[in-house]
Amino acid sequence: MNGVEHLLSGLALPVVGAAGVAVFRYLPNLREGVSLLTAGALFFCVASLVPSVLEGARPGFELLEVMPGLQIAFRVEPLGMLFALVASGLWIVSSLYSIGYMRANGEANQTRFYVCFALALAATIGIAFSANAFTLFIFYEALTLVTYPLVTHHGTDGARNGGRTYLAVLIGTSVVFLLPALVFTWHTTGTTDFRAGGILAGKLDPVPMAALLALYMFGIGKAALMPFHRWLPAAMVAPAPVSALLHAVAVVKAGVFSVVKVVVYLFGTEALGNGVPTDWLIAISGFTILAASVVALNADNLKRRLAYSTISQLSYIVLAVAVLAPLSMIGAVLHIAAHALGKITLFFAAGAIYTASHKTEVSELDGIGRRMPWTMGAFAIGALSLIGIPPAAGFFSKWYMVQGAAASESWVALAVLATSTLLNAAYFLPVIYSAFFRTERVAPRHDHGEAPATSVAALVITAAATLALPFAGGIPLELARAVWGGS
Amino acid sequence: MSVALHMPVLQVVVPLLSAPLAVLARRGSLPFMFTTAAAWFAFATSIALWMEVEHGAVLSYFIGSWPAPWGIEYRVDRLSALFLLLVSGLAAVVLPYSRRSIQAEIPREQHYLFYALFSLCLAGLLGITVTADAFNIFVFLEIASLSTYVMIALGRDRRALVASYQYLVMGTIGATFFVIGVGLLYLMTGTLNLPDMAERLAAERHTRPVLAALAFITVGLSLKLALFPLHQWLPNAYTYAPSAVTAFLAGTATKVSLYVLVRFYYSVFGESLVFRHLPLPEIMLLLSLAAMFVASGIAIFQRDFKKLLAWSSIGQIGYITLGLSFDTVTGLTASLVNLFNQAVTKCGLFLLLGGAVIVAGGSTLERLAGLGRTMPLTSFGIVIGGLGLIGVPGTAGFISKWYLVLAALERGEWWLVFAVLLSSLLAVAYVWRFVEAAYFRPAPPGRPPRREAPASLLIPAWLMIAASVYFGLDTSVTVGSASGAAEMLIGVKK
Amino acid sequence: MNAASHFSYWATICLMVMGLFIVMARANLIKKLVGLAIFQTSIYLLYIAPGKLIGGTAPIIADGFSVYSNPLPHVLILTAIVVGIAVLALGLALVVRIREAYDSIEEDEILAAEERQP
Repeated sequence: MNGVEHLLSGLALPVVGAAGVAVFRYLPNLREGVSLLTAGALFFCVASLVPSVLEGARPGFELLEVMPGLQIAFRVEPLGMLFALVASGLWIVSSLYSIGYMRANGEANQTRFYVCFALALAATIGIAFSANAFTLFIFYEALTLVTYPLVTHHGTDGARNGGRTYLAVLIGTSVVFLLPALVFTWHTTGTTDFRAGGILAGKLDPVPMAALLALYMFGIGKAALMPFHRWLPAAMVAPAPVSALLHAVAVVKAGVFSVVKVVVYLFGTEALGNGVPTDWLIAISGFTILAASVVALNADNLKRRLAYSTISQLSYIVLAVAVLAPLSMIGAVLHIAAHALGKITLFFAAGAIYTASHKTEVSELDGIGRRMPWTMGAFAIGALSLIGIPPAAGFFSKWYMVQGAAASESWVALAVLATSTLLNAAYFLPVIYSAFFRTERVAPRHDHGEAPATSVAALVITAAATLALPFAGGIPLELARAVWGGS
Repeated sequence: MSVALHMPVLQVVVPLLSAPLAVLARRGSLPFMFTTAAAWFAFATSIALWMEVEHGAVLSYFIGSWPAPWGIEYRVDRLSALFLLLVSGLAAVVLPYSRRSIQAEIPREQHYLFYALFSLCLAGLLGITVTADAFNIFVFLEIASLSTYVMIALGRDRRALVASYQYLVMGTIGATFFVIGVGLLYLMTGTLNLPDMAERLAAERHTRPVLAALAFITVGLSLKLALFPLHQWLPNAYTYAPSAVTAFLAGTATKVSLYVLVRFYYSVFGESLVFRHLPLPEIMLLLSLAAMFVASGIAIFQRDFKKLLAWSSIGQIGYITLGLSFDTVTGLTASLVNLFNQAVTKCGLFLLLGGAVIVAGGSTLERLAGLGRTMPLTSFGIVIGGLGLIGVPGTAGFISKWYLVLAALERGEWWLVFAVLLSSLLAVAYVWRFVEAAYFRPAPPGRPPRREAPASLLIPAWLMIAASVYFGLDTSVTVGSASGAAEMLIGVKK
Repeated sequence: MNAASHFSYWATICLMVMGLFIVMARANLIKKLVGLAIFQTSIYLLYIAPGKLIGGTAPIIADGFSVYSNPLPHVLILTAIVVGIAVLALGLALVVRIREAYDSIEEDEILAAEERQP
């Protein structure tokens, strides 16, 4: 098997898995087995591409030509590799987690859930391996649509309203900003291929270039740049595994991944550094980081707090990209992985708490650490990683960002990073403190311990991975460096 | 070989003959067979014709061997081939569907009349597309329209009668305006043959009768193609007609009128007169924008899903005329591609809806509630078709939107780009009304828990939906023909 | 060139406008159809009148005749008349059915009946 076959099977596997899940819809055990198996096979498939990509191979192929000069084509490059690796790896864990969660909460329509989940992964892998912005756009929109049934899984009025916001913001921004940006790019350059050094370099004056950049940045609504962030908290009506995998990993990371891709491979960091005004992007992402942190600080609902924390963490990546320094770019790429691991742990923990105790508010969590030590321990590790305390993964990505900001003398960015670290600590530490060091104010309705074993196993794995990532042979770092080194 | 030479005329004559045959056969399934065979024959012929003209050839056929400009000429070029393909293709799919569908909607003793009318309508629409004689266009237009009025009146609801009457009055005014325009052109040139007319007009392009003719033809055809604000006949006609009729009309009637408009603008009057010396493009641009926003906006508030789709059609016509008003190759391509894709998607949607109406007993959103659970295949198909209306990537609607945005960008008009895209968001709103009704609300009491529409309805409907996805991934037929036709009409200087 | 020399055009335009006005202004469905018929009739005049040459005859080649009227408009208008009759007949048939269904042929009464019935 060569790289292209791995790539092809990587794209096809989740779709096949979705079909398999649908076939075995009356046999829950087999159905979930298929789901888990597909996840494992996908990860293996993606992981087997890593060595050759690190050696500089860029396997790819063209699927079909939709319009003259516009192809659906795929190509593996380091950034996509990292993203695919994170998404497929965490799919395994979250499949494990979903089995416990969905059964313990007696959720309806589980087959639809697993099918859409697999399809969402297919779209994510499609995004990760897109060879041009056109392909990326197609899968980007597909991801929005296949996650819609997951967001509205409960089918209640609340779910319907959340789903409306989710769609309105994501479809709205992508259609009104991203699509014209794409058409304009194609109109100007005659291609939408992702190329090292960018395709727009030298084709546009600085001001139109900045305007186009704005269209892209706001058009990629999944990156949740304010004021287009409302979909993320709205999507929290979804069951916890969905919030965990999709809204900590696949969907939001697809957003920031697209941001990085667009900046690096469409514009080219050098072209942007050449007098194109980008200060506004630093300002907006900085504002998003701080504002979202403040909202998170005031949110009592745990999932809502995590959602706003996600918004702020995503803007770290946009901010790091906007700084345009090599080191901050590496930080941005690393943060995609680091935040994914940390945040999925937190969402798993929130889901586990809900499953075991039906508690959703931060103020109810006093003393819960004694009943659920593993869950809350993992929660603490995830939170510390996101605050940026060594040796958790979040520390390293922040380290590169700070260095990059310092190297390019972007004091605004530095100030934002410093302030937001304090804010992160302010909204996470009280949760950990009250969980472990306060006594229960009200006794829970029923005596409970930990959530189902598979769920706890999943969150322990991700917490461990958060700690282990920096020592994992440096693969993420090497991939991040390869992005910067150009392909 | 000799048959192949006569293809342009057989295309029209065969459906025309199947109408009296259907009436004579009367009972049993013979009328159905005659009509379907004729439609399939027409489809096969149009594919053959399309392949012949695909590389720029123009086929001329002289009726009774009287050479043009004295005799009537049938003329197939890239533009007409695309429309022949569309009209006959839709007929070939709708007819097998109609067999089961009209059993539920039309009294048994009238079935043979339905088939006869359908044949006549098909012959009329194909005739409009294939003929190069201005008066002949009028005659075919009236053949198609008259049979359409009757088919609409066959609807079960008594409102179908009023809708048909309104359409008859408006349609006749439209056709009469058209024929006034043709009359004026005839007075100025002394010919009815379109290419000949174009040649003779060159000398007197700016005289007042020619301008009057242009005005009459534009208004007349705008009535027929339901350009906002001349659209009042459309919503009720589409809503109360039998499902198969609505599906066929939505894909063909307004589209063929648009064909005639494009034909007259580019092949007779010439673009310099129409688009440079008159404020016509500006007027058309404004009306198109109004259609896009107002009609789509009205669509959102409909309670009846069939009427919602009808309003959406009026909005979509706005996109088509918008591309036309640009007067660029990309604009015209966008317009034609949009027309084709829109026809296929809407036809599929109305077909699926027809099946749902039979099972659910109505097309209001209350009746369709819970459809996602009781009729999963139907409602999933409607969702896919709806995504096509929105223009989600991977559906045909996306291709049309892409070209329209590209055409607006080529003119450097960013506000138009945003107008087009913002209005397409209105489509999300009205499509989601169905999604929420079908998937979030419980089925009304009394509906069988899980019953799909019969396969004879589902298969043709899904065929159209599949086609709408296929044309979103492989655009060689649609974009290829449309851009070829646009280049031919505008005469690109490459 | 004076108004009288364009007499046939004036007649055409009068008929045309009268017909259209009746279609729009009358609520009675049959009167509307009458207007429509008048409107269509104006077209017949529009086509036929210019084909007539003063002193012209039918286009049959014979000694002593050198000026012929154009026969083509007659042929066209024969077709148009047939179309017009078909439209009128269909329209009247619809009115009969509407009267059976609504018990009225007044447009406003029918619309009122529609509004009562949701």
